[in-house]
Amino acid sequence: MLKDDSLSNILYIDLTKKSFRIEKRPDLFESRIGGSGVAIRLLAEECPQGCDPLGPDNPIVFAVGPLTAMFPLASKTVAMFKSPHTGNLGESHCGGRSSAAIRLAGYGAIVIKGASEIPLYLAIHGSQVFFRDASPLWGMGNSFTVGRIIRENEPGAGVRTIMRIGGAGERLVSYACVTAETYRHFGRLGLGAVFGSKKLKAVVVSGKRSIPVAEKKPYRELYDEIYQLAVTSSVMKKYHDLGTAGNVLPLNELGSLPTRNLQSARFEFAENISGETLAKNYLGRRLACAHCPVGCIHIAALREPYADEAFFYKTSMISYDYEPIFSLGSLLEISEPEGLLKLMEQVEIWGLDAMSTGVIFAWATEAMDRGLISEKDTGGPRFDWGNWQTYAQAVRMIVEPPNEFFRTLARGLDCASAKYGGEEFALTFGGNEMAGYHTGPGAHLGTMIGARHSHLDNAGYAADQKALSTGSIAEPEALVQSLLEEEGWRQILSSLVICFFARGIYTPEMVSRALRVSGLQISQDDFIRTGKEILREKNFFKVREGFSLDNLHFPKRIFELTTPAGDIQEGYLHRAMAEAKREQQ
Amino acid sequence: MTGVCVKEECRMVQDTTKLVVGDTERCVGCQSCMFACARRLGEAGLAKTCIGVRSAGGMERGFIVVVCRACDDPSCAKACPYSALKPQPGGGVKLDMSRCMGCDHCRKACMIGAIYWDDEGNKPMICSHCGYCGKYCPHGLLKLGIKGDAYAER
Repeated sequence: MLKDDSLSNILYIDLTKKSFRIEKRPDLFESRIGGSGVAIRLLAEECPQGCDPLGPDNPIVFAVGPLTAMFPLASKTVAMFKSPHTGNLGESHCGGRSSAAIRLAGYGAIVIKGASEIPLYLAIHGSQVFFRDASPLWGMGNSFTVGRIIRENEPGAGVRTIMRIGGAGERLVSYACVTAETYRHFGRLGLGAVFGSKKLKAVVVSGKRSIPVAEKKPYRELYDEIYQLAVTSSVMKKYHDLGTAGNVLPLNELGSLPTRNLQSARFEFAENISGETLAKNYLGRRLACAHCPVGCIHIAALREPYADEAFFYKTSMISYDYEPIFSLGSLLEISEPEGLLKLMEQVEIWGLDAMSTGVIFAWATEAMDRGLISEKDTGGPRFDWGNWQTYAQAVRMIVEPPNEFFRTLARGLDCASAKYGGEEFALTFGGNEMAGYHTGPGAHLGTMIGARHSHLDNAGYAADQKALSTGSIAEPEALVQSLLEEEGWRQILSSLVICFFARGIYTPEMVSRALRVSGLQISQDDFIRTGKEILREKNFFKVREGFSLDNLHFPKRIFELTTPAGDIQEGYLHRAMAEAKREQQ
Repeated sequence: MTGVCVKEECRMVQDTTKLVVGDTERCVGCQSCMFACARRLGEAGLAKTCIGVRSAGGMERGFIVVVCRACDDPSCAKACPYSALKPQPGGGVKLDMSRCMGCDHCRKACMIGAIYWDDEGNKPMICSHCGYCGKYCPHGLLKLGIKGDAYAER
């Protein structure tokens, strides 16, 4: 039994009727823990089969877990919805203060359905839910400003989250993100567009209730153990020093850094956009999510003079991480760090998924090189490798499309390549644009068979690294099995909403001990079973919505460029896909 | 109270040392201190925390750490109609629960907002300068020390 029963409270909100109710579901949380495990159940219950992802029936589910606000690094919120980007399972995770705020407002999950006829934002302060008119915020170009206004209008400073959309969400770009606390995101699969379709500009949640624990002394002792590991252990060091940007140089050295739309896996100017260079010349502040002492969030301070007035400067604070550096940097051959930062800022302002945006630009640039598209299609802009100014202008054109070409880009790369060609170099996997790892077959296979087509589903690049260090590449069937095993375990971590960066600390044994303090008794064998079941439920939902592994195709490009693990063979991946199908049946 | 050392030698130290906040530009906003303060009482969550960390107008501007600064002549004590807040040697106050009526005057009197409220018990919660939170600041900016030192460094 959970010691704290407020976790089992689910807040159901109807935006059409402007009403809400709270339902207790202790059975659900006891069998499915929280986070992903609970969210997939709620999604399956609330999402009518075949519903339009941008229609009022598509629910938005947020879920947190039993360790949130109790132990460090259980600091993520899981969002689930039907994705307008892939037309299937949408799942995205975000930190900031979202997780602690939802839990301490007294909820384990929030389900938002319906659609408002006027723009509004939700303010959830503990047990009170307010529907606030957001007409003055709708159409506001800069998402930073939106955050500032809501901040000044709502209570709960320090113990609240402000999850909001920018112009991309309002305009239903299929890969629009939801931003929390200015710099963290529900980045992938278009939650921002689902917000926009409901005329939901933001969701503010605050709370600071207490959470009783089963036994005080063991709680404090275990907390100290986990905290010490978080601040001293070598597994966390890379995240707080250089942050994820520290991956740029090692991946480049390996020959795994996607460059020029993966025409190369080494970038001659990687040094310029590396974590080391950004830290040395631009790092202006480091931030942490609530209840995470690691502080992996790195913010660059970019000081620029105004062109039209002497001795007049502005300083912009821009968040950077490995993924946007790869997608908006090396993949577009951008070698000027200031240009890269300015492009990232545009993407942040308009509220797009940085990874999808960069991969789409990379395709567009190569398509232009090859004559598949021209300035006639774009209505002016000529994409050129390294020319960040054009990309920065084009960000806005995706959000406010001046023509059919940009309207198509706003629907994702699969749509664009189906219309204009170049599928062989359109870097999508399962409808989602790729992540920054050309490490070997594991990375690409992992995103292809992962339930949400994210590199974080099963960390295929880690399997590649392992193969590299042992010098032997697994048989495809064995690789699939190891990816599924990892994805199963990650269902447990994401049901506990533990940040994947802390996976080295939260071993099955540690998770078991932490749960005991919260009052939940789950054995390590149960983890394996429960993880598999959650994954099965996700796949069940996907198949229900029309998903089939048979419809997936690897972009040819990945076979043309060698990896540290050697050339990727099509036959190898076909065997792997056959194994994945067998497993799914 | 749990978490506060009752040994004689400790009490002497506590009489003269207070929680001092160092350079808040080093604060990453992890709020580990806030959770620590509640954990002192064996609780998770934040209802019982006597320290607050919030952004200074957006995270890009860094953070403000709001906690009792152990005034020598505390406004909160002066505002209490029931003399429930007793000024302590070296600064700060101690709450006499039996005298407190929960009237909220102290909270209004503290212009830095360092008096937190226990909604369940309807009483103020004020930092006792035990230093427990300091053990959980990853960048060492909360420490027990001589009042004023941290400010002098800046």
